[in-house]
Amino acid sequence: MNKSDLARLSIAAIHQKLKNKEIKFFDVIESVFQQIKNNEKKISAYISLFEQESFEQAQQLDQTVKDFSNLHPLTGIPFAIKDNICVKDKLATCGSRILHNFNSPYDATAVQRLKDAGVIIIGKTNLDEFAMGSSNETSYFGKVANPLNPEYVPGGSSGGSAAAIAYSGCLGALGTDTGGSVRLPAAFCGVVGLKPTYGRVSRYGLIAFASSLDCIGPITKTVQDAALILSTIAGHDPYDATSVNMPVNQFLCNPDALKDYTIGVPQEYFTKGLDPRIAQIVEKTIAELGKKCKAVKQISLPHTSYTIATYQLICTAEASSNLARYDGVKYGLRITKDDLIEMYEQTRGQGFGAEVKRRILLGTYGLSKGYYDEYYGTAQKVRALIKQDFDQAFKTCDIIITPTAPTPPFKLGEKIADPLTMYLSDLFTTSASLAGLPAISIPSRDKINGFPAGIQLIGRAFAEQEVLNCADAIEKLYA
Amino acid sequence: MQSKSYMHNKYEVVIGMEIHAQLKTKTKMFCACAVSFGAQANTNVCPICMGLPGTLPTVNAQAIALAIRASLALNCQIRPKSTFARKHYFYPDLPKGYQITQYKEPLAYEGFIEINRAQIRIRRLHLEEDSGKSIHAGNESLVDFNRCGVPLIEIVTEPNITSPDQAVQYLHELRQILNYLEVSDCDMEKGHFRCEPNISLRPIGQKQFGVRTELKNLNSLRNVREGLEFEINRQTKLLNEGKAVQQETLYWDEQTKTSGTMRTKEESEDYRYFPEPDLPVMNITEKMINTIKSNLPLLPAQRKQQLIRQYQISPQIAEVIIETKEFADYYDATVKHCPNAKLVANWLTTEVRAVLNQQIISINDFKIKPQQLAQLLNLLSENKITGKNAKQIFEQMVTTNKSAQEIAKTQNLLSIEDDALLTNIAQEVIRENPDIVTKYRQGKTSVIGYLTGLVVKKSQGKLNPQKITRTLQQYLNT
Repeated sequence: MNKSDLARLSIAAIHQKLKNKEIKFFDVIESVFQQIKNNEKKISAYISLFEQESFEQAQQLDQTVKDFSNLHPLTGIPFAIKDNICVKDKLATCGSRILHNFNSPYDATAVQRLKDAGVIIIGKTNLDEFAMGSSNETSYFGKVANPLNPEYVPGGSSGGSAAAIAYSGCLGALGTDTGGSVRLPAAFCGVVGLKPTYGRVSRYGLIAFASSLDCIGPITKTVQDAALILSTIAGHDPYDATSVNMPVNQFLCNPDALKDYTIGVPQEYFTKGLDPRIAQIVEKTIAELGKKCKAVKQISLPHTSYTIATYQLICTAEASSNLARYDGVKYGLRITKDDLIEMYEQTRGQGFGAEVKRRILLGTYGLSKGYYDEYYGTAQKVRALIKQDFDQAFKTCDIIITPTAPTPPFKLGEKIADPLTMYLSDLFTTSASLAGLPAISIPSRDKINGFPAGIQLIGRAFAEQEVLNCADAIEKLYA
Repeated sequence: MQSKSYMHNKYEVVIGMEIHAQLKTKTKMFCACAVSFGAQANTNVCPICMGLPGTLPTVNAQAIALAIRASLALNCQIRPKSTFARKHYFYPDLPKGYQITQYKEPLAYEGFIEINRAQIRIRRLHLEEDSGKSIHAGNESLVDFNRCGVPLIEIVTEPNITSPDQAVQYLHELRQILNYLEVSDCDMEKGHFRCEPNISLRPIGQKQFGVRTELKNLNSLRNVREGLEFEINRQTKLLNEGKAVQQETLYWDEQTKTSGTMRTKEESEDYRYFPEPDLPVMNITEKMINTIKSNLPLLPAQRKQQLIRQYQISPQIAEVIIETKEFADYYDATVKHCPNAKLVANWLTTEVRAVLNQQIISINDFKIKPQQLAQLLNLLSENKITGKNAKQIFEQMVTTNKSAQEIAKTQNLLSIEDDALLTNIAQEVIRENPDIVTKYRQGKTSVIGYLTGLVVKKSQGKLNPQKITRTLQQYLNT
C-alpha cells in the first residue's frame, strides 16, 4: 500500500502497522496532512490546524518510542477535536464570533486523557455555532461541505469532525452530541458516531450548550475505533459532578454476542416523516440481523411524538443560561461602549448568530416568571415519560434499532431558512439524548444518491459494550 | 421591646431579615481556590471560579458540613435531598451570568433562635456562592474575582422581628452563634456578615402585612439600628399622612443617615431560577447529621450557664466572658492553670479587656498567653505579690514579653515572709504615730488602713498588706 493512503485506514489498522514497525509515526501524519491539502479547501472541516506542531510530535515519537509491544492503541494517532472542546493554549471558538479569539488556558478532561494516551491533536474542527444546528451552516467560520458530495450538508453540529473523518483528514475525532450532533453528521458523512451514556465521559472542558444533554463522543471510520477512543476518554472525573463513578472496562467488539440479543424495533419511528428509501434500508438490515440475533421484536415508545418539542424546550432553556457568560467583560469579543448595558447589547448582538439568538430568546422566555412551569417544568415531566418508555422497552429487548435521520443529506442552503424543518432532522436522535442513553450511528451498505443511510442503535444506560457489539456485527454483516 | 421614638405608635413594626454569612472554609464553594481576605486582586482565581467556557462546579464538602452545623445550632430541619439552582442576572462581577444558589429545596428550613424568651423564626438556610467585587475608579471600572465563588450561607427569618432593638439583638446573637460554631468569622466590616432587613408597618391588630421595603448597605449593627429607625419613621409618616408605602429596595447612606431608592418593584429583575444541571441532588444522610451533631461545640448560652454553675461567676461577668468564643476559650485556658476562677474572671473583664480596647485588638492577638497570665494570677492569689505590684507586673508583661516571675524577681516585687521584719516595722510605725494610735484606741478603727499603708511603704511593698493589718491589730488591741 502506498504510504500516502495510510490516512484511509482505521486507527486499529494503523496501530498494527506502527506496532509491527512497518511505518513511522511521521508517515501517518504526512499522509493525513496530504489528505487535508487535497480536500480542506472545498470541505472546510477545520477552524484551526496545527501542522508544524503535529509533525514535530510525530518525529518526537519516532525518536523516543522504543517499546512497541506495549504501545497504546492511540499513540501517534492524528486526532481532530471539535472546536467547542477545550485544548490548552488553542482557540476554542465554538464557531462563534463571540469566542473567535478565545484561547483555552486548560485541557478538557477527555482531551487530557487522549493526550496522556499519546495522540497527536492536529486541529480543531468546524461546527454549527455553539453546536446549535443540524447542517453545519451556522458557523462564524463558514459552512462545512459533505465530502461524499460537496453540494450537500455534512449534518451537524459536529459536521467538521465527521467530514474530517470522511475525507481521511484525521484518524479519530471527538464530537459532541446534545440532540444528535455526533450521530447525524456521522450518518450524513457515512462514518461511525457514538454518543455515550450521559455521565460516562466527563463534560469538563466541553463548552456547554445544554448541560443536561451534552455528551462528548467519538467519530470514527469503524466501530472498533469508536470503542478504542471511548475506552480512553470514559470514566469518572472529579471535575464533573455529573460524571458517573463506575469502573470502565476496555471496550472491545464481540460481534458474536449478537446471538444473545433481542433487537427492538419501535413502530413510532417507521411512520410518515421517514424517507421510504431509508425505511427500506433499515428494514433490510433488520431482516439480515434477524437471522443472527436471538429475536427481533416490535416495541413501542409511545411518547416519541413529544421528543422534538421536549428537547427544544429543555435545550433552549439551558442554552439561554449557559450562554449568559459571554458578555464581553472577561474574554472573547467586546464591542466597546461607554455604557455597560450598551456594551452588553452590542457585544451579544454582534457576537451571536441568528440561530443562537433564536434559541437564547426561546430559552429566556421559557424560564421567565409565570412561564417556567408551563414550559421548562412540563418539558421535564415529559422527559421523565420518555425515559420511562425506554425503561419499559428494555424489559423486552436489549438493543433498539432505528434510522439515525429521517432523510438523506440535503443540499447546502436548502433548509437554513426554515428552522422548524431543520429541527426535524433530529427527530430520531433526541429521544436517546433526553433519556441519557448510549446510541451509535453506523453507515449502511446500500446507498441513496451515493449517501449511505445511518443506522442507529440505542442501548440501556451504560450498556455501550452491547451497543458496540451489535454495531460491530452489523458492520461485519455489510462487509 | 419597642424603642422610644415610635413606641406610642398605632402601628406594629414587622421586620424580616436576610443574612449572608461567609463560611470559614479553606477553599471556595465550587473550586479549589483559596479563600482569603486582602490578597492582591485576581490572585485567588482559576478557570472554574472565573466561569471560563467549559468549566464545571463541584461542591465543597467542608462548606456543606459548616452549613449543616449552622442549621443544627439554629434548630433547623435539614432536607435529606436539596438542590442547587441558577439565579440569572448580568453584572461584570458575576462571571457566569448566573449565581449558583439554592431555590426550591434549600438545605435547611423552619429553625429559630431564642432572644429574651422571644422566638425569632428562621424560614430557610441555604448555600450559595459570592460574586466578585466591582471597583469603580474614575471613569474606569475594575473587577476583582478573589471573592467570586466564596461560600456563603443565606439565613432568612420569618417576618416576626418586632423592633430595631430586637433586630440588633438577633444579629448579635446570630453572629455570636456562628462565631462559636467556627462557621464564620462574621466580621461585618470585611463583609463576612451582611444583612438586608425588610420592614413593613401595619395597624396594631391587623393580620395582613403592610407593604414592605428592603434596606441594603447596612455594614454595622449601628447602621442596622439607625437604618431601621429611619425607615420606620419614614413609613409611619407616610401612613399618617394617608399616603401609600411603595414596595422598593432602599440604599442606606451612612453619611447622611438617610435612605434612597435603589430600585422599585417594577424594576425588580426576573432571575429565571432553574435547577443547576451541573450539580446532582445533594444527599444529606442521617449519619452525616449525627456526626456533625456530636461534634457541636457549646453555644454561648450554654457556655454562660457553665461559667455560672462551675465557677460561681456572676451572670454579668459571665456575659462579658462569653462575648466571643476566643475570649471564653482564653478564660478556660487560663483557669486550667490558675484555680482561682473568680480572680481570673475579674482580671479578664477588667485589666485584659482594657488592654484589648486600648490596642484595638482581639484576644487572639493578645501578647500574654493564658498560661503566662495564670502564672501572674497565681502569684497574686498565693499572696506572693501585692495587688498593686500585680498590676505593675502585668503592664510590663504587655510591653516586654517577660514572665511575671521574672519581672517580680528582677525588680524585687515579690512579697517576703519575714515575721521579724514585719514586727520591727509595725512597732516602729506605732511608735512614730502616737496620735493615730490614740484615735484607734478611742474607737476610730478605720485608721488601721493608714497605718498599714505606712508599713507597706516602709517595706517597699514587699510585705503582704493583709498580714500587716492583722499584725498591727494584734499590737493595738493589747
